[in-house]
Amino acid sequence: MFLKEYFGTIYKTVKSLLTGMKLTGYYFTHPKEIQTEEYPDNRATLTMFDRFKGEVVMPHDENNEHRCTGCQACEIACPNGTIKIITKQELQPDGKKKKAIDTFVYHLELCTMCNLCVVACPSDAIKMAQTFEHSVYDKKQLKKVLNNPGSKIMEGVE
Amino acid sequence: MNLFLTISFSSIASGLHNWLGTTIQSHMLAMVTEMVIAGLCLLVFLVPLCFVLGYMERKVAAFMQIRLGPNRVGPKGTLQIVADTVKLLFKEGLTPNASDKFLFNLAPVILVVTCMLAIAPIAFARDFQIWDLSIGVLYVSSISSIAVIGILMAGWSSYNKYSLLGAMRSGAQIVSYELSVGLSLISIVILTGSLRMSDIVMSQETGWWIFRGHIPIIISFVIFLIASTAEINRAPFDLAEAEQELTAGFHTEYSGMKFAMFLLAEYINLFIVSAIAATLFLGGWMPFHIGHWEAFNHIMDFIPSSLWFLGKTFAIIFIIMQFRWTFPRMRVDQLLTLEWKYLLPISMVNTILVTVMAIMGWHF
Ligand code: SF4
Ligand code: SF4
Repeated sequence: MFLKEYFGTIYKTVKSLLTGMKLTGYYFTHPKEIQTEEYPDNRATLTMFDRFKGEVVMPHDENNEHRCTGCQACEIACPNGTIKIITKQELQPDGKKKKAIDTFVYHLELCTMCNLCVVACPSDAIKMAQTFEHSVYDKKQLKKVLNNPGSKIMEGVE
Repeated sequence: MNLFLTISFSSIASGLHNWLGTTIQSHMLAMVTEMVIAGLCLLVFLVPLCFVLGYMERKVAAFMQIRLGPNRVGPKGTLQIVADTVKLLFKEGLTPNASDKFLFNLAPVILVVTCMLAIAPIAFARDFQIWDLSIGVLYVSSISSIAVIGILMAGWSSYNKYSLLGAMRSGAQIVSYELSVGLSLISIVILTGSLRMSDIVMSQETGWWIFRGHIPIIISFVIFLIASTAEINRAPFDLAEAEQELTAGFHTEYSGMKFAMFLLAEYINLFIVSAIAATLFLGGWMPFHIGHWEAFNHIMDFIPSSLWFLGKTFAIIFIIMQFRWTFPRMRVDQLLTLEWKYLLPISMVNTILVTVMAIMGWHF
């Protein structure tokens, strides 16, 4: 009984060690498995993986229109005060006043890329971009305004 | 072409010996000159060897971990190790204030000197050996056990708890695994009946021991590989260094060229262990022969014996490197269990089997 256990242990050990060596041997002989990206060299062809989040952006269409209503849900959702939304009252054609966005201030240096603002936005106005070359010499350059100058809200977004 | 084929390391060596004997009258002086030349050749061989091994290790590690490894300095990163050496040269060789300065500086020297000594009886090619002494195997195994003194010295004199812990672990480890290494070496000595390296290689003219010795020799080969990996403190037995727990174990306090000497010793030890395994089990510089295939054997004979030796050695180095990059480090209790409960009893029984085999003449 003891002997059976003893040799059983040896058998199991050797088997599992050989399994490990088989895997590393496979990787050694198959360089196509290599995961390393030679980053600055392959800048032109580099594609990031789907879940990578680089910064918050606000897409604009060809008429310079975005989808942000200025509801400030993103500002409330953000856990560390990255977003500051300055709103204004815009005069509608029918004479009524309506809240609209004046400046969407985004502090990249504070953002943790947690995606909560994107999830919170009721009108899909912002999304995460895949850019990552963010380093600058002056911290002030990290403060960004996401809505383009002169842009306005898209027709039909409430 | 003919001239090229007749030139071999042994002819160069004996030519040099004769030339020195005739040009230098005093026998003593000729001998000293020869020794100095041999020592210089060894250095010229070992330092590039360490560069090659360092590069090989990083590349092997990288490929096994699906990375690329060094690839910026020089073509395919080949000059990376040179760059690292230059960096180490420029670093300050710091000696901690509280350390025992004499021992602290002596320890790396002891390590390097022991592994240089252990290289002496290794046969690099046909009739090409620094010192063919009659107790070669015994000499290597006893010299290499001095290395533990260097390690203990480094750990003790550093006045640092990590260094001391690492050194103590290394002491326990080397002293235990020495037994298995010795027993697996003995199994070959039983079959050959000689401790002399050249005799051991010559005895494998008709076939390497690993093929002729049946399963017991294969077992002792495996045990030798495992136990000697432990003896040279390489992963998965690198408890003495254990970066994550002990920063760098016994060489935590070393920097600059003193640190480089530890690295040098590590790679030379790796080479020695593989060379011994290649000599004892895989026939050293003996070409690969298959029974009566005369044509095949002739082709094999054309490959120089030094290439056979280096090829086998590097194959074993590769296996030991693969161990390192495949297996996780063991705990101290697992380490001792492996030796005292498994390797030692198995190699004892195995030695008896080999003895019976040798007496009955059951091997080929
Ligand atoms: S990703 Fe997270 S941290 Fe960044 S702005 Fe959105 S909510 Fe704030
Ligand atoms: S981005 Fe979305 S959540 Fe934020 S203010 Fe605009 S519409 Fe509201």
